[in-house]
Amino acid sequence: MVEVKSISKSYGLKAVVDDVSVSIQKGKITSFIGPNGAGKSTLLSIISRLMNADTGEVLIDGQKVNETKSRELAKKIAILKQSNHLSLRLSVRDLVSFGRFPYSQGKLTKEDQVYIDEAIRYMELEDMQDRYLDQLSGGQKQRAFIAMTIAQDTDYILLDEPLNNLDMKHSVQIMKVLRRLANELGKTVLIVIHDINFASVYSDYIVALKDGKIEAQGTVNDIMTSLVLKQVYGMEMPIQEINNQKICVYFS
Amino acid sequence: MREKGKLILLIVLAAVSITGFMFIELGANWDYALPRRAEKMAAIVLTGTVIAIATLLFQTITNNRILTPSIIGLDSLYMLVQTTLVFFLGSTSLTVMNKQVNFAISLGFMIVFALVLYRILFKREGQNIYFLLLLGLIVGTFFGSFTSFMQVLIDPNEFQIILDRMFASFNNIQTDVLVMASVITAVVLLYMMKFVKYLDVLSLGKETAVNLGVDYDYTVKRLLVIVAVLISVATALVGPITFLGLLVVNVAYEMFKTYKHSVLIFASALVSIVALSAGQVLVEHVFTFSTQLSVIINFVGGIYFIYLLLRESKS
Repeated sequence: MVEVKSISKSYGLKAVVDDVSVSIQKGKITSFIGPNGAGKSTLLSIISRLMNADTGEVLIDGQKVNETKSRELAKKIAILKQSNHLSLRLSVRDLVSFGRFPYSQGKLTKEDQVYIDEAIRYMELEDMQDRYLDQLSGGQKQRAFIAMTIAQDTDYILLDEPLNNLDMKHSVQIMKVLRRLANELGKTVLIVIHDINFASVYSDYIVALKDGKIEAQGTVNDIMTSLVLKQVYGMEMPIQEINNQKICVYFS
Repeated sequence: MREKGKLILLIVLAAVSITGFMFIELGANWDYALPRRAEKMAAIVLTGTVIAIATLLFQTITNNRILTPSIIGLDSLYMLVQTTLVFFLGSTSLTVMNKQVNFAISLGFMIVFALVLYRILFKREGQNIYFLLLLGLIVGTFFGSFTSFMQVLIDPNEFQIILDRMFASFNNIQTDVLVMASVITAVVLLYMMKFVKYLDVLSLGKETAVNLGVDYDYTVKRLLVIVAVLISVATALVGPITFLGLLVVNVAYEMFKTYKHSVLIFASALVSIVALSAGQVLVEHVFTFSTQLSVIINFVGGIYFIYLLLRESKS
């Protein structure tokens, strides 16, 4: 379980995350939604130690993040940020191999190779594992990076806008993989996501942020109501039920 | 292994240019000439290795392949120290003063300066590495202006002596200074071994490195100190020569097309040794000392730099 205890972070005078406390259930997919600048990415960065909070603490399985060794944390929690352009000449397999660094520190063992193969298979990258990253499309590259976090074999996987710049087909493909990671392997997945319909269909819990504070949190059914979403986004958010799934038709 | 083949090719090239340097037009007086040339050769190998490795580390830390550590301003500080010595003590101080003392003074100033710069930078947590570069650039420019100011004031004859210092030179290197430099380098390189395994991961960028369990601030701080000491040693030994690093590291990247630092460290050091020793042969036997080695290096390096910029802007 990830416990966030009254985390605050400000840039200058502006509080980006303001006294946020939240608990994240193990083995489930939790989506963070909210308008731009609500502090979703910052919160994710703080949970994964990419940033330090001004006050408050984060506990992962009862251990304080800022008091745990970085290498140990890397075996527990993996984070993938939204912008991943590399100037290096790296093949897909090389990139995925980096996911084993916390375990082998660069010298890959046979066991590492098994994990790498599995991660590549999981993201359906077998055909292109020897291609270089600069030859891949945005969607393929994104899958390669997710494969790296899978090879890292952590209980917690944090993804910052994994669907950014992806078409519908690849978005669905990635969300299905995340669902499988939670259902089959018992991974805990935290994502920051803008498309609330993807959040509605694929996640177990939703945390809605606004102006650095938690506006609402709960199961999909709790959050996907016109009333709650109107509070979060400040516009009319009509909800329709299609095939037993709550879809928000906010386009007009 | 193609990488192995290329490394062997580089070793052969280095051996050829070293042999060339040692034996071309050796004359009859072997006893006199050989030890002298060997000493020069040792300085070339040491400087080449140090500059190549320092630049490689620096580019990995900054994730930028067109930067050299000279941007922190160490070269300018070296010139400032030399000019100040002449300004206050006269040109005789450079010629008369013990080379060891001069080496120690330059080295001390550069290392202390780098450490102070880092201290300012890392006092505030979460500071961007580009802030360091900007600060170094500004301070470096300040040193440069101050140096020119003093150079304008001194006697033209004295200025001639300083002019000599502005270009890297492998002539007149004293054995005891060389030994000192070698010992410091050996210690620093040994310490660096501890961090080599993190370099590949660091080249993926800060966030990925942290995600993969690298203690980023700790590692980068130590690597930056290593870079500063290496650059200071090379500069205090032969003069401003950091531009060489840009050239050789990029040639190594182009040749090997790999991200593995275990290969790149050796490759760039070898390229560097080849460039320096072949360049020195050119200076001594083709131009018969009518030009400086660093002029040739800066000329070739400058052309290569423009080529890099043009190519980067296309892609």
